[in-house]
Amino acid sequence: MEFLKIINPGVLSTIQDLGRKGYQQYGIPVSGAMDPFALQAANLLVGNQRDEAGIEITYPGFEAEILNDCIIAVTGGDLGAKINGTYIPRWKSIYVTKGSRISFDRLCEGCRCYLAVGGGIQVPSVLGSKSTYLRGGFGGYKGRKLQKDDVLYTSPDNAQYFKYAGRRLPVKDIPKYRSPFKIRVILGPQHEHFTPESINTFLSEPYVVGEKSDRMGYRLEGPKLEHVAGADIISDGVPLGAIQVPGHGNPIIMLADRQTTGGYTKIATVISVDISLLAQCKPGDKIFFEEISIEEAHQLLRYQEQVLKQISEMVKLSEDRKFIITVQGEKFYVTVEEWK
Amino acid sequence: MYPHAKYLLAGDQNIVVEIGNDISIDIHKKVRGLFIALTKISGDEIIEVIPTYRSLLVHYNPLLISSHELIRKIKKIEESLEDMELPPARVVKIPVLYGGEYGPDLEFVAQYNHLTPDEVISIHCSRDYLVYMLGFTPGFCYLGGMSAEIATPRLAEPRTNIPAGSVGIAGNQTGMYPIDSPGGWRIIGRTPVRLFTPENEKQPVLMQAGDYIRYYPITLEEYQFIQKAIEENRYRIEVDSIKKEV
Repeated sequence: MEFLKIINPGVLSTIQDLGRKGYQQYGIPVSGAMDPFALQAANLLVGNQRDEAGIEITYPGFEAEILNDCIIAVTGGDLGAKINGTYIPRWKSIYVTKGSRISFDRLCEGCRCYLAVGGGIQVPSVLGSKSTYLRGGFGGYKGRKLQKDDVLYTSPDNAQYFKYAGRRLPVKDIPKYRSPFKIRVILGPQHEHFTPESINTFLSEPYVVGEKSDRMGYRLEGPKLEHVAGADIISDGVPLGAIQVPGHGNPIIMLADRQTTGGYTKIATVISVDISLLAQCKPGDKIFFEEISIEEAHQLLRYQEQVLKQISEMVKLSEDRKFIITVQGEKFYVTVEEWK
Repeated sequence: MYPHAKYLLAGDQNIVVEIGNDISIDIHKKVRGLFIALTKISGDEIIEVIPTYRSLLVHYNPLLISSHELIRKIKKIEESLEDMELPPARVVKIPVLYGGEYGPDLEFVAQYNHLTPDEVISIHCSRDYLVYMLGFTPGFCYLGGMSAEIATPRLAEPRTNIPAGSVGIAGNQTGMYPIDSPGGWRIIGRTPVRLFTPENEKQPVLMQAGDYIRYYPITLEEYQFIQKAIEENRYRIEVDSIKKEV
């Protein structure tokens, strides 16, 4: 069933899920949502499986016509999401009627947001994923970014998701995206290739996200880092969030569309939960790195897991508080909430 | 090769298992053995493994297993590796149309090494190249074993687009471009064989780490014949299964 038609795709809008798994051994990048927390939350808010595909919208400008009644959620950066000219809340699932216009018109916080629809987005799965890999030209919608007049489809039984309207992320769990960002890292795998002074500099001085940053990686500008004996290593695997430092001394953080292998020393690796935060940094934003232990990183990951689980359990409590009211032939889906 | 592998943390979801710090057949053999053993472990604790020249990157799910437990598990496998018999290596035969518009740098490679183009072709085809690892782009093979007689430096100015299937030389390495991409390799020929097929979920790339490549020269007619056979889905690549040292 038709979900929406693109009126304006904005700077860069692509279909992304949680990426391809198991194909890096063949040199095939993972891709997937840059901000995996926001995508998973968006999916759970509309009642999808958390690894369903959504639209990753980078910067304001995106505009589309909703082609059928559906339930949607917008999460991640605040790009000024509007339905028919009225701002809508992020991190909350809402019911939208056929013919509505969704638009994003100002950059308030972060730089990319996720639009999920109850029933998911129907594009062919390539190598086990709906994610778009732009450089390879495969996955997502025809292997490319969305363009004007593209029509996206959702599941024909999308009405079964209407009951999830009103789900929201508790305010305390809504991430804030404000520069300067504190990004936590675990040192290594090649931190021993750097001078102790450089490790100190890396963990204390601010770095600025450079203009040449994209889904593959963020190039940082700041104090240069020095190697003990050369910047090159025998090529090895590059994990998500690896901070590699080529000979010029400026760090590059490897992200969703990164190459699977590389030959530069890696001073540190961003912890899983802060990948999402990092994904909302835009060129010009400041970053401070902070070292933490792997135990702390795992603790934070478990907490994030709980937050996501709570969203999926939310509906069971309030399912019986949802009603359909018909006014002069027009259907409205309403939720009765307690006033506190 | 280190007496025992080094285990390095790479964030909170990945561990590097480093076998040594150079490129050698022995290290490759251990990487391959460990890779095969790790991919046989059932369950969701290990998400995926990337084998490389001298290490493996193990991506795990920390909600299911701690890094300590995982390292203990891998160390145990490492100990039993000596007794493990590796499956025979595949030798994949790759047809190449050398020279002309498909191999614009063949003449240069010949001149640079004081050889004739035919001599370059015969040297390039005389050895089996071990696929140490895949990376860089989907299906790109890092090969070892090229003769120093045809080594040639890269282009000073990389080309903006090299067609998929191009076979080239960069320094003392040879390799092929699985997809159209920019690059600075000296292109000596092209294969009609598709090296990356994203629509094939089971085997999206032709080559795998541990395989060998054997190039053989073909004529333009043969190139077109194979190309047509591929389009009609009736081309079968020639593969030998031989017991190599690896």
